[in-house]
Amino acid sequence: MESLGGVSWEGAFWEGVELEKLLLTRCAKCGRLQHPPSPMCPSCGSLDWDAQEVSGRGRIHSWIVSHHPTDGFDESRVVVLVELDEGVRLVSNLRECDPDEVDNDMPVEVMFVDTDGVKTAQFRLTRQQ
Amino acid sequence: MTALGGQTAIVGIGQTDFSKHSGRSELQLACEAVRAAIDEAGLRPSDVDGTVTFTQDANDELALMRSVGIENVRWASRTPFGGGGASGTIEHAAAAVASGAADVVVVYRAFNERSGQRFGQPSTGNRPAGGGWYRRYGLDTPAKMYALWFQRYMHEFALTNADFGRYTVVARKHAATNPNAWFYGRPITLDDHQRSRWIVEPILRLLDCCQESDGGVACIVTSVARAKDLRQPVVTIEAATQGNVINGDVTFNYYNPDLTRFPEAEYTARQLWASTGLTPNDIDVAMIYENFSPVVFYQLEAYGFCGHGEAKDFIAEGNIEIGGKLPVNTNGGLLGEAYIHGVNNILEGVRQVRGTAANQVHGAAHVLCSAGRSAVVLGKGS
Repeated sequence: MESLGGVSWEGAFWEGVELEKLLLTRCAKCGRLQHPPSPMCPSCGSLDWDAQEVSGRGRIHSWIVSHHPTDGFDESRVVVLVELDEGVRLVSNLRECDPDEVDNDMPVEVMFVDTDGVKTAQFRLTRQQ
Repeated sequence: MTALGGQTAIVGIGQTDFSKHSGRSELQLACEAVRAAIDEAGLRPSDVDGTVTFTQDANDELALMRSVGIENVRWASRTPFGGGGASGTIEHAAAAVASGAADVVVVYRAFNERSGQRFGQPSTGNRPAGGGWYRRYGLDTPAKMYALWFQRYMHEFALTNADFGRYTVVARKHAATNPNAWFYGRPITLDDHQRSRWIVEPILRLLDCCQESDGGVACIVTSVARAKDLRQPVVTIEAATQGNVINGDVTFNYYNPDLTRFPEAEYTARQLWASTGLTPNDIDVAMIYENFSPVVFYQLEAYGFCGHGEAKDFIAEGNIEIGGKLPVNTNGGLLGEAYIHGVNNILEGVRQVRGTAANQVHGAAHVLCSAGRSAVVLGKGS
Protein backbone atom coordinates (compact mmCIF):
# COMPACT_ATOMS: atom_id res chain seq x y z
CA MET A 1 0.00 0.00 0.00
CA GLU A 2 2.98 2.29 0.54
CA SER A 3 3.34 4.98 -2.11
CA LEU A 4 4.97 8.32 -2.67
CA GLY A 5 2.02 10.42 -1.56
CA GLY A 6 2.46 13.99 -2.62
CA VAL A 7 -1.21 15.00 -2.63
CA SER A 8 -2.40 18.04 -0.67
CA TRP A 9 -4.77 16.90 2.05
CA GLU A 10 -6.62 20.19 1.78
CA GLY A 11 -6.78 20.41 -2.00
CA ALA A 12 -7.23 16.90 -3.38
CA PHE A 13 -11.01 16.70 -3.07
CA TRP A 14 -11.59 20.04 -4.80
CA GLU A 15 -9.04 19.40 -7.52
CA GLY A 16 -10.97 16.20 -8.23
CA VAL A 17 -14.27 18.05 -8.42
CA GLU A 18 -12.79 20.40 -11.03
CA LEU A 19 -11.96 17.29 -13.10
CA GLU A 20 -15.41 15.83 -12.37
CA LYS A 21 -13.93 13.01 -10.33
CA LEU A 22 -14.79 12.10 -6.75
CA LEU A 23 -11.38 11.94 -5.08
CA LEU A 24 -10.89 11.16 -1.41
CA THR A 25 -7.66 11.48 0.51
CA ARG A 26 -6.05 8.12 1.27
CA CYS A 27 -3.09 7.70 3.60
CA ALA A 28 -0.02 6.98 1.51
CA LYS A 29 1.38 4.75 4.24
CA CYS A 30 -1.51 2.66 5.56
CA GLY A 31 -4.26 3.23 3.00
CA ARG A 32 -6.88 4.68 5.34
CA LEU A 33 -9.52 6.82 3.60
CA GLN A 34 -10.06 10.04 5.54
CA HIS A 35 -13.02 12.34 4.95
CA PRO A 36 -13.26 15.13 5.83
CA PRO A 37 -9.51 15.14 5.30
CA SER A 38 -6.96 15.91 7.99
CA PRO A 39 -3.25 16.73 7.92
CA MET A 40 -2.19 13.59 9.80
CA CYS A 41 -3.43 10.03 9.47
CA PRO A 42 -4.98 9.06 12.83
CA SER A 43 -4.21 5.38 12.18
CA CYS A 44 -0.46 5.59 11.53
CA GLY A 45 0.69 9.20 11.98
CA SER A 46 1.71 9.68 8.36
CA LEU A 47 1.60 13.14 6.81
CA ASP A 48 1.65 11.81 3.23
CA TRP A 49 -1.55 11.46 1.24
CA ASP A 50 -2.69 9.99 -2.05
CA ALA A 51 -5.96 10.67 -3.82
CA GLN A 52 -8.26 7.72 -4.52
CA GLU A 53 -11.03 7.99 -7.04
CA VAL A 54 -14.13 6.38 -5.55
CA SER A 55 -17.21 4.98 -7.22
CA GLY A 56 -19.50 7.91 -6.45
CA ARG A 57 -22.16 5.40 -5.49
CA GLY A 58 -23.71 5.18 -2.05
CA ARG A 59 -26.89 5.50 -0.03
CA ILE A 60 -28.74 8.32 1.71
CA HIS A 61 -27.90 7.96 5.38
CA SER A 62 -29.88 11.02 6.50
CA TRP A 63 -31.45 14.06 4.85
CA ILE A 64 -33.20 17.37 5.45
CA VAL A 65 -34.83 20.08 3.38
CA SER A 66 -32.91 23.37 3.60
CA HIS A 67 -35.25 26.31 3.02
CA HIS A 68 -33.84 29.74 2.18
CA PRO A 69 -30.21 28.68 1.98
CA THR A 70 -27.88 31.64 1.98
CA ASP A 71 -25.13 30.34 -0.23
CA GLY A 72 -24.96 29.01 -3.76
CA PHE A 73 -28.66 28.69 -4.56
CA ASP A 74 -31.77 30.49 -3.40
CA GLU A 75 -34.32 27.74 -3.84
CA SER A 76 -35.04 25.08 -1.22
CA ARG A 77 -32.98 21.97 -1.64
CA VAL A 78 -32.40 18.58 -0.12
CA VAL A 79 -29.23 18.18 1.95
CA VAL A 80 -28.06 14.59 2.21
CA LEU A 81 -25.51 12.74 4.26
CA VAL A 82 -24.32 10.12 1.79
CA GLU A 83 -22.68 6.91 2.91
CA LEU A 84 -20.48 5.94 0.01
CA ASP A 85 -19.99 2.28 -0.91
CA GLU A 86 -16.40 2.69 0.31
CA GLY A 87 -17.74 3.31 3.83
CA VAL A 88 -17.07 7.05 3.98
CA ARG A 89 -19.75 9.66 4.65
CA LEU A 90 -19.99 13.07 3.06
CA VAL A 91 -22.49 15.92 3.01
CA SER A 92 -23.92 17.05 -0.29
CA ASN A 93 -27.18 17.86 -2.09
CA LEU A 94 -29.65 15.55 -3.76
CA ARG A 95 -30.67 16.83 -7.21
CA GLU A 96 -33.41 15.93 -9.63
CA CYS A 97 -35.64 14.57 -6.87
CA ASP A 98 -38.81 15.92 -5.28
CA PRO A 99 -38.36 16.25 -1.49
CA ASP A 100 -41.53 14.18 -1.03
CA GLU A 101 -39.82 11.21 -2.66
CA VAL A 102 -36.63 11.18 -0.59
CA ASP A 103 -36.10 8.34 1.84
CA ASN A 104 -33.29 6.91 3.91
CA ASP A 105 -31.04 4.28 2.34
CA MET A 106 -32.04 5.11 -1.24
CA PRO A 107 -29.14 4.44 -3.65
CA VAL A 108 -27.53 7.55 -5.12
CA GLU A 109 -24.75 8.38 -7.56
CA VAL A 110 -22.50 11.38 -7.90
CA MET A 111 -23.03 14.14 -10.48
CA PHE A 112 -21.15 17.37 -10.95
CA VAL A 113 -22.95 20.71 -10.93
CA ASP A 114 -21.63 24.07 -12.03
CA THR A 115 -23.18 27.00 -10.16
CA ASP A 116 -21.97 30.45 -11.18
CA GLY A 117 -18.62 29.00 -12.17
CA VAL A 118 -18.17 26.97 -8.96
CA LYS A 119 -18.27 23.22 -9.45
CA THR A 120 -19.56 20.90 -6.71
CA ALA A 121 -20.03 17.16 -6.36
CA GLN A 122 -23.70 16.41 -5.83
CA PHE A 123 -25.92 13.34 -6.04
CA ARG A 124 -29.02 12.00 -7.75
CA LEU A 125 -31.00 8.82 -7.27
CA THR A 126 -29.22 5.95 -9.01
CA ARG A 127 -30.69 5.37 -12.46
CA GLN A 128 -31.93 1.90 -13.29
CA GLN A 129 -29.20 -0.04 -15.04
CA MET B 1 -10.60 7.58 38.32
CA THR B 2 -12.26 10.21 40.47
CA ALA B 3 -13.96 12.72 38.13
CA LEU B 4 -13.28 15.21 40.95
CA GLY B 5 -15.72 13.57 43.31
CA GLY B 6 -16.95 15.30 46.41
CA GLN B 7 -14.14 17.71 47.25
CA THR B 8 -15.77 20.90 46.02
CA ALA B 9 -19.10 22.67 46.22
CA ILE B 10 -21.19 25.39 44.60
CA VAL B 11 -21.75 28.01 47.28
CA GLY B 12 -23.38 30.89 45.45
CA ILE B 13 -25.46 31.56 42.35
CA GLY B 14 -26.36 34.80 40.68
CA GLN B 15 -28.07 36.02 37.55
CA THR B 16 -29.56 39.00 35.76
CA ASP B 17 -33.07 39.12 34.40
CA PHE B 18 -33.52 37.00 31.25
CA SER B 19 -34.86 39.06 28.36
CA LYS B 20 -34.84 39.64 24.61
CA HIS B 21 -33.30 43.10 24.93
CA SER B 22 -31.21 43.75 28.02
CA GLY B 23 -30.46 47.34 27.08
CA ARG B 24 -26.97 47.08 28.57
CA SER B 25 -23.56 45.75 27.67
CA GLU B 26 -22.55 42.10 27.95
CA LEU B 27 -19.83 43.14 30.41
CA GLN B 28 -22.41 44.77 32.63
CA LEU B 29 -24.51 41.61 32.54
CA ALA B 30 -21.44 39.59 33.56
CA CYS B 31 -20.65 41.99 36.42
CA GLU B 32 -24.21 41.93 37.72
CA ALA B 33 -24.36 38.12 37.68
CA VAL B 34 -20.91 37.65 39.24
CA ARG B 35 -21.53 40.19 42.00
CA ALA B 36 -24.89 38.61 42.77
CA ALA B 37 -23.29 35.18 43.09
CA ILE B 38 -20.52 36.48 45.37
CA ASP B 39 -23.04 38.27 47.58
CA GLU B 40 -25.33 35.25 47.72
CA ALA B 41 -22.42 33.11 48.92
CA GLY B 42 -21.61 35.58 51.68
CA LEU B 43 -18.16 36.24 50.20
CA ARG B 44 -16.39 39.42 49.11
CA PRO B 45 -15.07 40.10 45.61
CA SER B 46 -11.54 39.98 46.99
CA ASP B 47 -12.10 36.37 48.08
CA VAL B 48 -12.31 35.29 44.43
CA ASP B 49 -9.01 34.10 42.97
CA GLY B 50 -10.17 32.13 39.93
CA THR B 51 -12.39 32.62 36.88
CA VAL B 52 -13.88 30.26 34.30
CA THR B 53 -16.02 31.11 31.30
CA PHE B 54 -16.57 29.93 27.71
CA THR B 55 -14.06 30.48 24.93
CA GLN B 56 -17.04 32.09 23.17
CA ASP B 57 -17.69 34.59 25.97
CA ALA B 58 -16.83 38.16 25.01
CA ASN B 59 -16.14 39.35 28.55
CA ASP B 60 -12.47 39.79 29.33
CA GLU B 61 -11.37 38.51 32.73
CA LEU B 62 -9.38 41.65 33.54
CA ALA B 63 -12.29 43.91 32.63
CA LEU B 64 -14.51 41.85 34.91
CA MET B 65 -11.99 42.04 37.76
CA ARG B 66 -11.66 45.81 37.70
CA SER B 67 -15.42 46.27 37.56
CA VAL B 68 -16.37 43.79 40.28
CA GLY B 69 -13.36 44.42 42.52
CA ILE B 70 -11.69 41.03 42.22
CA GLU B 71 -8.14 41.89 43.22
CA ASN B 72 -6.00 38.89 42.27
CA VAL B 73 -6.72 35.92 40.03
CA ARG B 74 -4.37 32.97 39.86
CA TRP B 75 -6.61 30.69 37.80
CA ALA B 76 -8.31 31.88 34.58
CA SER B 77 -9.53 29.28 32.09
CA ARG B 78 -12.14 28.84 29.41
CA THR B 79 -14.09 25.85 28.11
CA PRO B 80 -14.42 24.91 24.44
CA PHE B 81 -17.44 23.73 22.40
CA GLY B 82 -20.03 26.38 23.25
CA GLY B 83 -23.07 25.09 25.08
CA GLY B 84 -21.88 21.50 24.85
CA GLY B 85 -19.11 22.52 27.22
CA ALA B 86 -21.44 24.32 29.64
CA SER B 87 -20.92 21.84 32.45
CA GLY B 88 -17.21 21.76 31.68
CA THR B 89 -16.98 25.15 33.38
CA ILE B 90 -17.79 23.41 36.66
CA GLU B 91 -15.16 20.76 35.94
CA HIS B 92 -12.56 23.48 35.40
CA ALA B 93 -13.53 25.28 38.60
CA ALA B 94 -13.63 22.06 40.64
CA ALA B 95 -10.24 20.99 39.26
CA ALA B 96 -8.73 24.35 40.17
CA VAL B 97 -10.03 24.17 43.73
CA ALA B 98 -9.29 20.47 44.26
CA SER B 99 -5.71 20.93 43.11
CA GLY B 100 -5.10 24.01 45.22
CA ALA B 101 -4.57 26.20 42.19
CA ALA B 102 -7.35 28.49 43.42
CA ASP B 103 -9.55 28.79 46.50
CA VAL B 104 -12.68 30.52 45.19
CA VAL B 105 -13.56 30.31 41.51
CA VAL B 106 -16.34 32.23 39.80
CA VAL B 107 -17.94 30.68 36.70
CA TYR B 108 -19.73 33.17 34.46
CA ARG B 109 -21.49 33.38 31.10
CA ALA B 110 -23.15 36.57 29.86
CA PHE B 111 -24.31 37.71 26.44
CA ASN B 112 -26.86 39.61 24.43
CA GLU B 113 -27.64 36.61 22.28
CA ARG B 114 -31.00 37.99 21.13
CA SER B 115 -30.47 41.74 20.86
CA GLY B 116 -26.86 41.32 19.72
CA GLN B 117 -25.37 38.55 17.63
CA ARG B 118 -27.94 35.78 17.27
CA PHE B 119 -26.71 32.19 17.08
CA GLY B 120 -29.75 31.00 15.17
CA GLN B 121 -29.16 33.17 12.12
CA PRO B 122 -27.27 31.90 9.06
CA SER B 123 -23.54 31.97 9.62
CA THR B 124 -21.53 34.29 7.45
CA GLY B 125 -18.81 31.73 6.94
CA ASN B 126 -17.70 28.29 7.95
CA ARG B 127 -15.87 28.12 11.20
CA PRO B 128 -12.31 27.03 10.50
CA ALA B 129 -12.76 23.37 11.39
CA GLY B 130 -15.77 23.16 9.09
CA GLY B 131 -13.78 23.85 5.96
CA GLY B 132 -15.95 24.05 2.88
CA TRP B 133 -17.83 20.85 3.56
CA TYR B 134 -21.21 22.11 4.71
CA ARG B 135 -22.36 25.66 4.10
CA ARG B 136 -22.20 25.48 0.32
CA TYR B 137 -24.74 22.63 0.44
CA GLY B 138 -27.21 24.64 2.51
CA LEU B 139 -26.17 23.83 6.10
CA ASP B 140 -26.01 27.44 7.22
CA THR B 141 -27.82 27.47 10.59
CA PRO B 142 -27.42 25.38 13.75
CA ALA B 143 -30.96 24.05 13.26
CA LYS B 144 -30.07 22.60 9.84
CA MET B 145 -26.70 21.31 10.98
CA TYR B 146 -28.17 19.42 13.92
CA ALA B 147 -31.25 18.24 12.03
CA LEU B 148 -29.15 16.19 9.62
CA TRP B 149 -27.99 14.20 12.66
CA PHE B 150 -31.50 13.89 14.17
CA GLN B 151 -33.16 12.68 10.97
CA ARG B 152 -31.47 9.29 11.11
CA TYR B 153 -32.70 8.83 14.69
CA MET B 154 -36.26 9.64 13.59
CA HIS B 155 -35.97 7.17 10.74
CA GLU B 156 -34.54 4.30 12.79
CA PHE B 157 -37.09 4.60 15.59
CA ALA B 158 -40.07 5.79 13.52
CA LEU B 159 -40.49 9.14 15.25
CA THR B 160 -42.45 12.06 13.90
CA ASN B 161 -42.02 15.70 14.78
CA ALA B 162 -44.98 15.38 17.17
CA ASP B 163 -42.86 13.08 19.34
CA PHE B 164 -40.36 15.89 19.79
CA GLY B 165 -43.27 18.20 20.53
CA ARG B 166 -44.17 16.16 23.58
CA TYR B 167 -40.87 17.27 25.13
CA THR B 168 -41.58 20.90 24.34
CA VAL B 169 -44.99 20.71 25.95
CA VAL B 170 -43.36 19.54 29.20
CA ALA B 171 -40.64 22.21 29.04
CA ARG B 172 -43.25 24.91 28.57
CA LYS B 173 -45.39 23.44 31.35
CA HIS B 174 -42.45 23.75 33.73
CA ALA B 175 -41.62 27.25 32.49
CA ALA B 176 -45.24 28.30 32.97
CA THR B 177 -44.91 27.98 36.76
CA ASN B 178 -41.36 29.38 37.02
CA PRO B 179 -41.46 33.18 37.48
CA ASN B 180 -37.83 33.31 36.32
CA ALA B 181 -38.77 31.92 32.90
CA TRP B 182 -39.37 33.97 29.79
CA PHE B 183 -42.39 31.77 29.08
CA TYR B 184 -43.79 32.09 32.63
CA GLY B 185 -47.54 31.73 32.49
CA ARG B 186 -47.51 30.61 28.87
CA PRO B 187 -47.90 26.83 28.55
CA ILE B 188 -48.56 25.26 25.15
CA THR B 189 -50.45 22.25 23.83
CA LEU B 190 -49.19 19.70 21.33
CA ASP B 191 -51.49 21.35 18.79
CA ASP B 192 -49.71 24.66 19.37
CA HIS B 193 -46.43 22.87 18.71
CA GLN B 194 -47.72 21.24 15.55
CA ARG B 195 -49.03 24.56 14.25
CA SER B 196 -45.67 26.30 14.69
CA ARG B 197 -43.79 26.75 11.43
CA TRP B 198 -41.19 24.41 10.05
CA ILE B 199 -37.63 25.51 10.66
CA VAL B 200 -36.08 22.38 9.12
CA GLU B 201 -38.58 20.15 7.38
CA PRO B 202 -39.43 17.45 8.42
CA ILE B 203 -37.40 17.52 11.62
CA LEU B 204 -37.70 20.74 13.60
CA ARG B 205 -40.49 23.24 14.05
CA LEU B 206 -40.07 26.63 15.67
CA LEU B 207 -41.11 25.27 19.07
CA ASP B 208 -38.39 22.61 18.94
CA CYS B 209 -35.74 25.32 19.02
CA CYS B 210 -34.32 26.93 22.14
CA GLN B 211 -34.85 30.59 22.77
CA GLU B 212 -32.41 33.31 21.95
CA SER B 213 -31.90 35.34 25.12
CA ASP B 214 -30.05 38.22 26.72
CA GLY B 215 -28.72 37.67 30.22
CA GLY B 216 -25.91 36.69 32.52
CA VAL B 217 -25.44 33.91 35.06
CA ALA B 218 -22.67 33.04 37.50
CA CYS B 219 -21.84 30.61 40.28
CA ILE B 220 -19.11 30.26 42.88
CA VAL B 221 -17.09 27.08 43.48
CA THR B 222 -14.92 26.45 46.53
CA SER B 223 -13.90 23.56 48.79
CA VAL B 224 -16.49 21.61 50.76
CA ALA B 225 -14.62 22.52 53.94
CA ARG B 226 -14.96 26.23 53.24
CA ALA B 227 -18.54 25.82 51.98
CA LYS B 228 -19.64 24.68 55.44
CA ASP B 229 -18.75 28.10 56.87
CA LEU B 230 -20.69 30.04 54.25
CA ARG B 231 -24.25 31.24 53.99
CA GLN B 232 -25.98 28.70 51.73
CA PRO B 233 -26.78 25.01 52.10
CA VAL B 234 -23.81 23.02 50.77
CA VAL B 235 -24.28 21.71 47.22
CA THR B 236 -21.44 19.32 46.47
CA ILE B 237 -19.97 18.63 43.05
CA GLU B 238 -20.13 14.84 43.23
CA ALA B 239 -18.57 14.42 39.81
CA ALA B 240 -17.66 16.64 36.86
CA THR B 241 -16.32 15.64 33.48
CA GLN B 242 -16.19 16.31 29.78
CA GLY B 243 -16.93 13.83 27.00
CA ASN B 244 -15.11 14.33 23.73
CA VAL B 245 -14.78 11.46 21.29
CA ILE B 246 -12.70 11.01 18.12
CA ASN B 247 -14.55 11.83 14.89
CA GLY B 248 -17.12 13.84 16.80
CA ASP B 249 -18.06 17.39 15.94
CA VAL B 250 -20.02 19.95 17.93
CA THR B 251 -22.39 20.86 15.11
CA PHE B 252 -21.55 18.47 12.25
CA ASN B 253 -21.75 15.23 14.22
CA TYR B 254 -22.16 12.96 11.20
CA TYR B 255 -19.21 10.60 11.36
CA ASN B 256 -19.83 8.42 14.38
CA PRO B 257 -20.77 4.91 13.25
CA ASP B 258 -24.30 5.08 14.66
CA LEU B 259 -26.16 8.38 14.31
CA THR B 260 -28.93 7.18 16.61
CA ARG B 261 -26.47 7.51 19.48
CA PHE B 262 -24.70 10.40 21.20
CA PRO B 263 -21.28 8.88 21.94
CA GLU B 264 -20.06 11.99 23.75
CA ALA B 265 -22.93 11.83 26.25
CA GLU B 266 -22.43 8.07 26.62
CA TYR B 267 -18.80 8.75 27.51
CA THR B 268 -19.69 11.35 30.15
CA ALA B 269 -22.30 8.95 31.52
CA ARG B 270 -19.79 6.12 31.91
CA GLN B 271 -17.42 8.39 33.79
CA LEU B 272 -20.09 9.83 36.08
CA TRP B 273 -21.61 6.49 37.01
CA ALA B 274 -18.21 4.84 37.52
CA SER B 275 -16.78 7.62 39.67
CA THR B 276 -19.82 8.23 41.87
CA GLY B 277 -21.15 4.70 42.17
CA LEU B 278 -24.55 6.16 41.36
CA THR B 279 -26.95 4.66 38.83
CA PRO B 280 -29.63 6.33 36.72
CA ASN B 281 -32.17 5.37 39.37
CA ASP B 282 -30.36 7.54 41.94
CA ILE B 283 -30.86 10.75 39.96
CA ASP B 284 -33.80 12.83 41.19
CA VAL B 285 -33.72 15.61 38.61
CA ALA B 286 -31.99 15.82 35.21
CA MET B 287 -31.12 19.19 33.72
CA ILE B 288 -30.45 18.43 30.07
CA TYR B 289 -29.02 20.94 27.62
CA GLU B 290 -31.41 21.27 24.70
CA ASN B 291 -30.58 23.70 21.94
CA PHE B 292 -33.13 21.56 20.08
CA SER B 293 -35.70 19.17 21.54
CA PRO B 294 -34.21 15.95 20.04
CA VAL B 295 -31.00 16.18 22.06
CA VAL B 296 -33.06 15.45 25.17
CA PHE B 297 -34.02 12.13 23.59
CA TYR B 298 -30.41 11.23 22.83
CA GLN B 299 -29.25 12.15 26.32
CA LEU B 300 -32.04 10.32 28.18
CA GLU B 301 -30.87 7.19 26.37
CA ALA B 302 -27.14 7.89 26.72
CA TYR B 303 -27.40 8.10 30.52
CA GLY B 304 -29.53 4.98 30.68
CA PHE B 305 -32.69 6.63 31.98
CA CYS B 306 -34.44 4.59 29.31
CA GLY B 307 -33.39 2.15 26.62
CA HIS B 308 -32.01 2.97 23.19
CA GLY B 309 -34.88 4.24 21.07
CA GLU B 310 -37.25 4.38 24.04
CA ALA B 311 -37.10 8.10 24.87
CA LYS B 312 -40.23 8.68 22.79
CA ASP B 313 -42.29 6.43 25.05
CA PHE B 314 -40.47 7.51 28.22
CA ILE B 315 -41.46 11.11 27.56
CA ALA B 316 -44.98 10.32 26.33
CA GLU B 317 -45.66 8.36 29.52
CA GLY B 318 -45.09 11.46 31.63
CA ASN B 319 -41.84 10.37 33.27
CA ILE B 320 -40.05 13.70 32.77
CA GLU B 321 -42.69 15.89 34.40
CA ILE B 322 -42.70 17.13 37.98
CA GLY B 323 -44.02 14.12 39.90
CA GLY B 324 -42.74 11.71 37.27
CA LYS B 325 -39.94 9.17 37.57
CA LEU B 326 -37.26 11.64 36.39
CA PRO B 327 -38.30 15.29 36.26
CA VAL B 328 -36.32 16.97 33.47
CA ASN B 329 -35.57 20.67 33.04
CA THR B 330 -37.74 21.74 35.93
CA ASN B 331 -37.10 25.42 35.15
CA GLY B 332 -38.42 25.00 31.61
CA GLY B 333 -34.95 24.42 30.19
CA LEU B 334 -33.44 26.42 27.38
CA LEU B 335 -36.73 26.32 25.46
CA GLY B 336 -38.82 27.56 28.35
CA GLU B 337 -36.68 29.53 30.82
CA ALA B 338 -33.95 31.14 28.72
CA TYR B 339 -30.91 30.32 26.64
CA ILE B 340 -27.95 31.43 28.69
CA HIS B 341 -25.88 28.84 26.87
CA GLY B 342 -26.86 26.10 29.30
CA VAL B 343 -25.37 27.58 32.46
CA ASN B 344 -28.80 28.70 33.68
CA ASN B 345 -29.66 24.99 33.84
CA ILE B 346 -26.78 24.45 36.30
CA LEU B 347 -28.19 27.20 38.52
CA GLU B 348 -31.52 25.35 38.52
CA GLY B 349 -29.67 22.20 39.53
CA VAL B 350 -28.25 24.07 42.53
CA ARG B 351 -31.70 25.34 43.50
CA GLN B 352 -33.14 21.81 43.31
CA VAL B 353 -30.49 20.44 45.68
CA ARG B 354 -31.01 23.38 48.06
CA GLY B 355 -34.77 22.86 47.94
CA THR B 356 -35.51 26.36 46.67
CA ALA B 357 -36.62 25.81 43.05
CA ALA B 358 -39.90 27.26 41.80
CA ASN B 359 -40.89 23.76 40.72
CA GLN B 360 -39.22 21.93 43.55
CA VAL B 361 -38.83 18.15 43.37
CA HIS B 362 -39.33 16.94 46.93
CA GLY B 363 -36.16 15.59 48.50
CA ALA B 364 -33.95 16.06 45.44
CA ALA B 365 -30.54 14.77 46.54
CA HIS B 366 -28.72 14.03 43.26
CA VAL B 367 -29.11 16.24 40.21
CA LEU B 368 -27.52 15.60 36.82
CA CYS B 369 -26.64 18.66 34.76
CA SER B 370 -25.72 17.38 31.31
CA ALA B 371 -24.66 19.50 28.39
CA GLY B 372 -23.99 16.48 26.17
CA ARG B 373 -20.24 16.99 25.91
CA SER B 374 -19.84 17.73 29.61
CA ALA B 375 -21.78 16.95 32.74
CA VAL B 376 -21.82 17.26 36.50
CA VAL B 377 -23.68 15.54 39.28
CA LEU B 378 -24.66 17.83 42.15
CA GLY B 379 -25.48 16.47 45.59
CA LYS B 380 -26.55 17.44 49.07
CA GLY B 381 -23.69 18.28 51.42
CA SER B 382 -23.67 16.82 54.89
